[in-house]
Amino acid sequence: MGAEGQYIQYLISGITLGSIYALIALALVVTFNITGIFNLAIGEFVTIGALSAVTLRAAGCPDVPAFVLAVLIAGVIAATMERTTIYPARKASVLTVIIITIGVAIALRGAALLIWGTHPYPLPSFVDIPPLALWGAVIIPQSLFVLALAVVAVALLFAFFDLTYVGKAVRAAMINRNAARLVGINPARLSLLAFVFTGMLAALAGIFVAPITTATYDMGFMLGLKGFVAAILGGVTNVKGAIIGGLLLGIIEAFAIGTLSSGMKDGIAMVVMIIVLLICPTGIMGLGVSNKRTGSWIAWLRQSVGIGSR
Amino acid sequence: MKVYKRSLILLICLSMFLVVLAGCGKAPETADQGSAAEPYKIGAIVDISGPAASLGEPERDTLKMLADELNARGGINGHPVDLIILDNKSVETEAVLAAKRLIEQDVLAIIGCSASGTSLAIVDSAQKAGVPLISMAASAKIVEPVAEREWVFKTAQSDIIVANKIARYLAENGMKNIAFLSMNNAFGDSGRANFEQAAPAHGISIVAKEKFEATDKDMTSQLTKVKALKPEAVVVWAIPPSASIVTKNFKDLGLDVPLIQTHGIGNKAFLDLAGDAANGVIAPMGKLVVAEQLPDSDPQKALLLEYIAAYEKNYGARPSTFGGHAHDAFNLVVHAIAEAGADRAKIREALEQTTGLIGISGVFNLSPDDHNGLGEDSMALLEIKDGKWQLLE
Amino acid sequence: MAAAKRWYWISLVLVVLCVPLFVKSSYVLSILIVIGLYAIIVQGLGLLMGYAGQVSFGQAAFYGLGAYTAAILATRCDWPPLLCVLVAPFLPALVALIIGRPILRLREHYLVLATLGFGILAFAVFNELIGLTGGPSGLTGIPYLSVGPLVLDTDRAYYYVVWGFLGLVILGMANLTASPIGRAFKAIHASEQAAESAGINTALLKLQAFVLSAFLAGLAGSLYAFWVTFVGPSPFGFTASIEFVLMAVVGGLGTLWGPVLGAAIIVGLTEFLRWGVPVVMPKAGGEFEIVFFGIVFVLIMLLRPQGILAPGRSRRVARAVVREEKCSG
Repeated sequence: MGAEGQYIQYLISGITLGSIYALIALALVVTFNITGIFNLAIGEFVTIGALSAVTLRAAGCPDVPAFVLAVLIAGVIAATMERTTIYPARKASVLTVIIITIGVAIALRGAALLIWGTHPYPLPSFVDIPPLALWGAVIIPQSLFVLALAVVAVALLFAFFDLTYVGKAVRAAMINRNAARLVGINPARLSLLAFVFTGMLAALAGIFVAPITTATYDMGFMLGLKGFVAAILGGVTNVKGAIIGGLLLGIIEAFAIGTLSSGMKDGIAMVVMIIVLLICPTGIMGLGVSNKRTGSWIAWLRQSVGIGSR
Repeated sequence: MKVYKRSLILLICLSMFLVVLAGCGKAPETADQGSAAEPYKIGAIVDISGPAASLGEPERDTLKMLADELNARGGINGHPVDLIILDNKSVETEAVLAAKRLIEQDVLAIIGCSASGTSLAIVDSAQKAGVPLISMAASAKIVEPVAEREWVFKTAQSDIIVANKIARYLAENGMKNIAFLSMNNAFGDSGRANFEQAAPAHGISIVAKEKFEATDKDMTSQLTKVKALKPEAVVVWAIPPSASIVTKNFKDLGLDVPLIQTHGIGNKAFLDLAGDAANGVIAPMGKLVVAEQLPDSDPQKALLLEYIAAYEKNYGARPSTFGGHAHDAFNLVVHAIAEAGADRAKIREALEQTTGLIGISGVFNLSPDDHNGLGEDSMALLEIKDGKWQLLE
Repeated sequence: MAAAKRWYWISLVLVVLCVPLFVKSSYVLSILIVIGLYAIIVQGLGLLMGYAGQVSFGQAAFYGLGAYTAAILATRCDWPPLLCVLVAPFLPALVALIIGRPILRLREHYLVLATLGFGILAFAVFNELIGLTGGPSGLTGIPYLSVGPLVLDTDRAYYYVVWGFLGLVILGMANLTASPIGRAFKAIHASEQAAESAGINTALLKLQAFVLSAFLAGLAGSLYAFWVTFVGPSPFGFTASIEFVLMAVVGGLGTLWGPVLGAAIIVGLTEFLRWGVPVVMPKAGGEFEIVFFGIVFVLIMLLRPQGILAPGRSRRVARAVVREEKCSG
């Protein structure tokens, strides 16, 4: 393999990893935009999705119904989580709520360990074809599915927020909750919907990535963390930013392994991230302010904190 | 003033908390004044949750099973065994607390921990209290230097044995330029250090040293780098799931050199996860995975088959190498207590003098200079063919 | 008032001094040592979060830096242990000084992420500098702490060392928060703009709080190294950083005793579940402990979202700040 082939392979590996991070980042960003909360338990929904799908398949359920059911299970758990822990704490500070989500993550991870143990489970690829060759580099077919899911999810979210009435209502609620309430939008219900939707999205992501990563009870922890990094790297208020942040993080990691040191890859990724933050403190999407919402995100955050603690 | 009142309440709460703690520390001592022979207390600290959980879980299951069996048979010389298993969550600080708790409960010996880091963390507590400690982790540092580790033993083969076995195989098959990939934790790091020591002795040069995290999901970047250097073989020192992901990526990238792994992949998870990609992988391994293929003359065969049958009956799965380490630790302790009775110092001496004890990982011949007691013959070279382990020799 | 205050402090010191007379168990003393170590770290973090209004998800890095520095000085350079304990915290403080200025410019989630990133970076460095830190296998052979001919190798002696340091830290904090600097910190927490316009150099104060918190974490780390006499990377990972923030928040931000209580609750809860769960449910394994830990933890946060020791006053201030910000936003 020539040097170019090597670099293309790093790029492809980076995109594979990055699209996984991007999906998690996407789920985080959507929840954050609607509720003002970072749901740090999001990684656990990836685990729940992947492991439920594995179990349902093992119980003889055909693929597609198993996947749908697994996503629904995650949705129910997300709804329970929102109603029992987030809704009662809606008047607490943002930090408190974030810490509550960490507590939920710990409990969910413990439950996953209890149910599935530490054994890693396989999930077969969606299509059984050999890896594709491209300019001397190799693409794992399943990673195309992950990338496609990320792209489709972004496209759908974009269409939802900009083209549908409900989407516009959600955006209205994001900009000013009091005003939204005045015109008949219920922020509490919106928060529930946001948690359920992103929980299901994360579970779907889990099902898509499990054939690459294998499914273990603690798979969501690092993914959630990296997704959080990606989300902030991309600029928290921006759905497109989540994808770009995720891919960027994945590519940085792959090139760090290839050209510097594999043991330091997480460290290098963090150095790059901190430098990015210092140069443009609102994430890379904060540079070219294309979105009206992005520019005034601090003001918006303040506002949401204010209303949240009333 | 109000602040002080509040603090006073806090102070009272803290003292109550202390009393409760002190109470719980003492409670078990008064509990067992049984009429029959007093039970022998054995403690175990296992990494049941956290990053090393895949080691700790089968160990916990094995220990529970063996203790129940032993008590059903009537215990040690008529004394039932009271096995106390604690989880350290793979955290060193918690391992220390657990060790101190067990020592206070007057356990005769402590089995643990599962990983090298947690084991090393409790070495000092065991040494100071004078309690025999049998670790199930691999690092040679746990028992060396023996002069400073007189109370510490271990049942897993030292990594140098594995490294030498691999290096000899490579040298015998004329492979000189080797790429080495390891997991970035104590297991992989110890493997790397030992392989670096074993390789030059067999005329092997390591052309690439790469690492990956236990939680990593894709190792194609590391393997791409390796591929460009054209090694004659690739050695991977890891446990599943990352070991399986490497194996899959290895085949995906079309590397067509031998892939050599270690005893770390000695559980069914590896075969399940790696699927067809696992075929052709060569690894030195304890004999547990190929028990059925061993010649009848092998001294371990009967015990291995017995362990597999019992474990399958209790847990519905084939035991892993790590469960084997727990099995050996438990038997060593039981053997020593049977000889020495309820005296920590005598148990330590009995442990040190154990010879010819047939275990899962090999035949143990301990001595004052060797607190592991396993030789290179405790491992066999295996190859995966059609998704099954086969003896290579 | 003054008399009440003096009696209060004297009785407190007496209680701490007398604990080992009643508690013979080395296990309980060990728990208290761990609580003491964490309380020292959380005191620094509490200052940073509760007074300076900055979050750090990277305290475990400073904790580890202190532990490794002390361990390396003691094993590789053969420094006397007591000197190591006193010198080691300066390295984390120096690192905090260097990274503090740029990082503390960031706000809210970006600050969380930057400190978290620093924590991950430090963890990678602990693992990678094998020649210095022993890598993932860790550093062994650390001697016991000794003062002249007196070797502190028992848990009882170590309890006095750790709680002695903790006492000094608490005393320092009490004085600090009552001083003009403390009032300046509270002003920053209430409203940064208002503090700035009142002539307070907020950037400098925040940096000072950050450096002090790193120093305290490093102190706890060096004490840890000489207690366990083994240092590996695992106690200094990302989860530990989160736990420290949890302790700070559970105990109550902006209080003197919140950090001690927070550390006691988190460590105590873990230990309580370790022996409590098997009593209630004999068949349950270690997995149940984690589930319960998560649930109890969420309950504490739901019932006392401001932390257990949060004074009512600060809640009123918080509400006032919120009102103010709402008007401006």
